This record gives sequence, structure tokens and C-alpha cells, in this order.
Amino acid sequence: MGALFNATFFDQAVLGITPILLAALAGTLSERVGLFNIALDGQMLVGAFAAVAGSHFTGTLSGGIAAAVLATVAFSALLAFGSAVLRGNDIVIGISLNLLAAGLTSFLLRVLFGVSGTFSDSSMAGLPRLHVPGVAALPVLGRALGEQNALVYLSWLLVLLTAVFLDRTPWGLRLRGIGEQFDAAVTLGTKAVRYRIVVTLVGGALCGLAGLQLSLGSLTLFSENMTAGRGWIAVAAVMLGRARPLAVASACLLFGLSDALGLRLQGEGLPNQITDSAPYVVTLVALVIAGLRQRIDARRVVI
Amino acid sequence: MNLRRQAATLLPIVTAVLVGFAVCGVIAALVGLSPWVMFTELIKGAVEGPQLFETVARAVPLVGMTLAAGIPLRAGIVNLGADGQLVLGACAAAIVALYLPAPDAVRLVAALAVGAIIGGGYAALAAAGEIVAKVPLLLSTWLLTYPAKGLCGYLVRSPLRDPVTAWPSSKRIAVGARLGHLIPGTPVNQGLLLIAVAAVLIVFIDRRTSVGYELRMRGLNERFARYGGVALSRQTAWLMFASGALAGLVGAIMVVGSQYRFTDGALTAPQYSWSGTLAALLAGGEPIAGIVAAVLFAALQTGGFAMERSVEIPRVLTMVLESVIILFLSMRGAIWRRAS
Repeated sequence: MGALFNATFFDQAVLGITPILLAALAGTLSERVGLFNIALDGQMLVGAFAAVAGSHFTGTLSGGIAAAVLATVAFSALLAFGSAVLRGNDIVIGISLNLLAAGLTSFLLRVLFGVSGTFSDSSMAGLPRLHVPGVAALPVLGRALGEQNALVYLSWLLVLLTAVFLDRTPWGLRLRGIGEQFDAAVTLGTKAVRYRIVVTLVGGALCGLAGLQLSLGSLTLFSENMTAGRGWIAVAAVMLGRARPLAVASACLLFGLSDALGLRLQGEGLPNQITDSAPYVVTLVALVIAGLRQRIDARRVVI
Repeated sequence: MNLRRQAATLLPIVTAVLVGFAVCGVIAALVGLSPWVMFTELIKGAVEGPQLFETVARAVPLVGMTLAAGIPLRAGIVNLGADGQLVLGACAAAIVALYLPAPDAVRLVAALAVGAIIGGGYAALAAAGEIVAKVPLLLSTWLLTYPAKGLCGYLVRSPLRDPVTAWPSSKRIAVGARLGHLIPGTPVNQGLLLIAVAAVLIVFIDRRTSVGYELRMRGLNERFARYGGVALSRQTAWLMFASGALAGLVGAIMVVGSQYRFTDGALTAPQYSWSGTLAALLAGGEPIAGIVAAVLFAALQTGGFAMERSVEIPRVLTMVLESVIILFLSMRGAIWRRAS
């Protein structure tokens, strides 16, 4: 067996992390403003579909990017309306939005592209890989760190920006205040509902980018339910990182590595039905360990 | 419950169903399909002639999954892992029905029992995670779905594989170890009776026993239930076991009652667990209302198949319809609560 941790392994890890990381940032912002967003998976799926549809029908990459962001923001308006404005049950809304996303994308896949299962178009423009001089020449990690697409670099930049925004700006302070003491924040004159709406829509844009990375990041295709529960892993990452951007990002790193490890073991001959479970099992184990060490906020998830 | 209060509970549900149909009509019209043709084909396909038996056959697993989702929901808990429990129960049932060295009838009963126990045990694992390590059930149940599907997918590809089939499947179960047809010439099998017994049992427990009372109290106010002396952890374990057992039983029934073998992906493709979750949410966890909602959704799905065949409108639109109904209801519920 060749080196397990080779250049491909790290490249796949970085690729696998990106969508989860972007969705987890959306979840982090929601959590901090006092909303529990479990619709991340559905939001990502809408983004992935819209990216392919936009790229296919306009023939340009920018069309795909615009469609992914706009469609997911529009879809997230439902979430904002339901959970931020009407203050309905986050969980019921989240479950129905996830299913709505799955149903709607499958429906449109059949109606717009006339196929079921997977749509791919080799002429479709995907996100091009960049070449960072110097970094790309590094041994083993060169391809993983120096030759990714712009969205990968943007996602890590966004982690830092989110951390700075939450901890170092007056808007971040207000946002956290709304999440910690909603009534107090309202009494002090914060436009709490407006903050929650904006956060949900910004989260939608982030999930749109996550979907974009999924469908046009390394391959150029859309397949039904292609998120495969990544949005839920993002929810777990937010919980494990206790909604602090850097900690959430490290949790995502763990999942990305286990995802890539699964792919590598598959390459070594293990059946893929087993190795595909790796990120979910690792997530569960991480949750159990964190729970035993009293590191999970014991949020009672109640309808 | 007087008439007025009944109307107040039913009105939002009826409105939500109508809004769901309206939204789907608009979606269909936007992509150039005729909403009128869609609705007539949908309804005709659900109830016309032999289609009615299709609806009944489809309603059996769907009612089972709705009851499975309803038990924890009654206590304010969500089990998102019904798919995993169903698949694992079905796979275990197939193994027992195929390989247990015993007479056919024994194998059949054992397959159903083992399917339920395995499904229940898997759900109880998630409960243990919450009790011991505070891992939220919402996440653990969902995440456990993937290893369950992965394991069964592997088993059916290697050790259990029937080499003559094109798709990864187990061997066919012997005729004697199958559930028979309930109505000859239709797809309705004896599984209907099993699910009916389960339904009666659940309604009875829900309405007439202290177990059901404690469950409902927890759903209304968990702190009150704890103050009243309900052992919450033990209750979580049992209700998750019951929920998973029902899901596992549905899986087992599908294997020994209609498919006669375990085929990878065949049991989760109709998305009974999701429709069941939505039907249970529509009913607020109440079992009888849940059964009504499940039959409605089963009719929609059967109608969806007919609609796809006859006028080529993708049947996945019925999934959109179901989720729009719940989405609207969760929002409508919020408006309604605030106004009162």
C-alpha cells in the first residue's frame, strides 16, 4: 500500500471541507443570533442545482455563481420569514425546507433538463484551479494548498472575517446580544428581527456558495441529493465548535480529513459502502466525546 | 372537545393542504404544465378502480412510518433516523427469513420479530447517546442513518448477494416464509393486519394508559413532566425503541410481504420515512390524525405515479406538495398562535 497521506489525500480533504465550512459559517451566524438553522442541507442543495442551471443556461461561470447565490438567498427568505419574522418552530421549518429543496431540485432536474439522477454537461464551466507560486511547489501539501479554486481560499478568509466581525465590531456585538438575550437586546433598541433576517439571508448566500463548490468546484454536475447530509455535518460542526468560527472551522477540518481518509481507504480496496460512512461515524464519535466532556450546550431540541 | 375548538384545530390544517395544492399548481404552471390536468390525473390515479388498492398497499408502510415518527413527536422529540432503522430491520429480517434453520412459518415470525428488535435497538442507541453523552437525538438519529445504509448496502453486495440479479439484492425468500396477500389479485398483503394491530395498540396506549399520558405531558411541558415524576431518560430510551421497532417492522413487512428479497435502495426510494415524518408533523403526533394524514399522503403518492405515467409530470412534485403543506402549517401555526 502506498503512502496513505499523499498529495491526493490532502487535496481531497481540502476540497471536501470547503462546502461544509461555508455552510457551517452560515450555521454559526444563525446560532449566534439565536436561531437554530437545520435547513443548511437544503439550502446547499438549492445552491448546487442553481449553480449548474445558471452555468448551463447562460454558458458562463459567472451566470452559475450569480444563480447559486440569488436562488439560495431567495430560498432562504422562506426560512427568514418563518423563523425570524413569524418565530415559528426552527426544527419543523428546517425539516420541511430540507425536503422542499430535495423535491424541488429533483422536479426541476426532470423538467428543465429532462433527466433523473444526474445531469452533467462537459462544456459547462467549472471553477478553475488557481496556481499560487511557491506554495504550489511544496512537497505533499503543494496541490492541496497552492492549487485550489478561488472559493476554497475565500472560504478560509471568510472564517477569519466572521471571527473578526463577531468579536470585534459593534454589529457583531449586537448580533451576539440578540442571540444571548433577545428581549434585553430589543429593549436596548436593537432591531433584532431585522438582524435575524439579514443573518439568515447572508447565511443563504454562504450556503449558495457551498452548493456552488459542490456542483462546480471540482466536477461539473448535479445529482439528486448530492449534498448527502453535508449540511447536517455542518450543523454538528457548529455544535462542536460552540458557534465560534475558528473552533467550528477546526471541527470541519476533522470531517474533511475523515472524508478524504474514507476515499483513500476505498482506493486501497475497502468497499465504498463502508468507507462512505466514515465522516458520519467520525462526527458521531466527536459528538459523543464532546458530550462526555460536557462540551455540548445541552440544547433540548423540542418541537 | 367541542365543535368550535375542533374547527380551530382543523382550519389551519385544511388551509395548509389547500395552500400546498395551490403552490404546486403555480409551480406546474410556471414550468408549462397544466395544473388542471395535474390535479385530475393525481386524484384519478389515487382512487380510480384498481388504483384504490395501490393506495391501500402504499398506505400500510406509510401509516407504519407515521406512527413511528409520531411516538417521539408526542413527547416533543424528533426521530430523523427512521430510514436507517427501516433498512437495518429489513436487512435483518431478510437474513432471518433466508438463513434461519427452521420451518417456514417460524422463519416468517422470527423475521418480523428480529426486524422490529434490530430497528428498535438501533434507535435506542441514539437514545443512549443522548442520555449518556447529551448528543442531541435530532443529529444522532440522522447521522446513524448513513452507517446503517452503508452496512446493508455492503452486505447485499458481498455475502448476501444473489448472483442472478442485475441489481444488488439478496436471494428470494421461500414462498412459505412470506406474508400472503390479504385481498387476492391486489398488492395488499397481510402486513396491513400487523400495522392495524400496532395502530390500535398505539391509540390505546396514547389515550388510555399512564404511559401515554406521561408521553403527552412531556410534549406539552417537559419540566412539568419531570416535576410530576416521569423518569425522562428511561422514557426517552423506551420511546425511541418503540419508534425504531415500528420502523424496523415496516422494513421487515416490506421484505417478507411485497418485495420477497432485500434490494439495496429499494426500501428507501419511496421515502416512506420522510412522508411519515411530515404526516406525523401534520397531525402534531396524534396517532389517529396521523393515520388520516398518512392515508392522504399515500393517495398523493399513488396518484403521483399515475400522473407521471399518463401525462409525464414528475411525481416528485408530490414531495414538494407534502413539504409545502408542513412549511405553511409551521408558519400558519405561528401566525395563529400570536393572534390568539
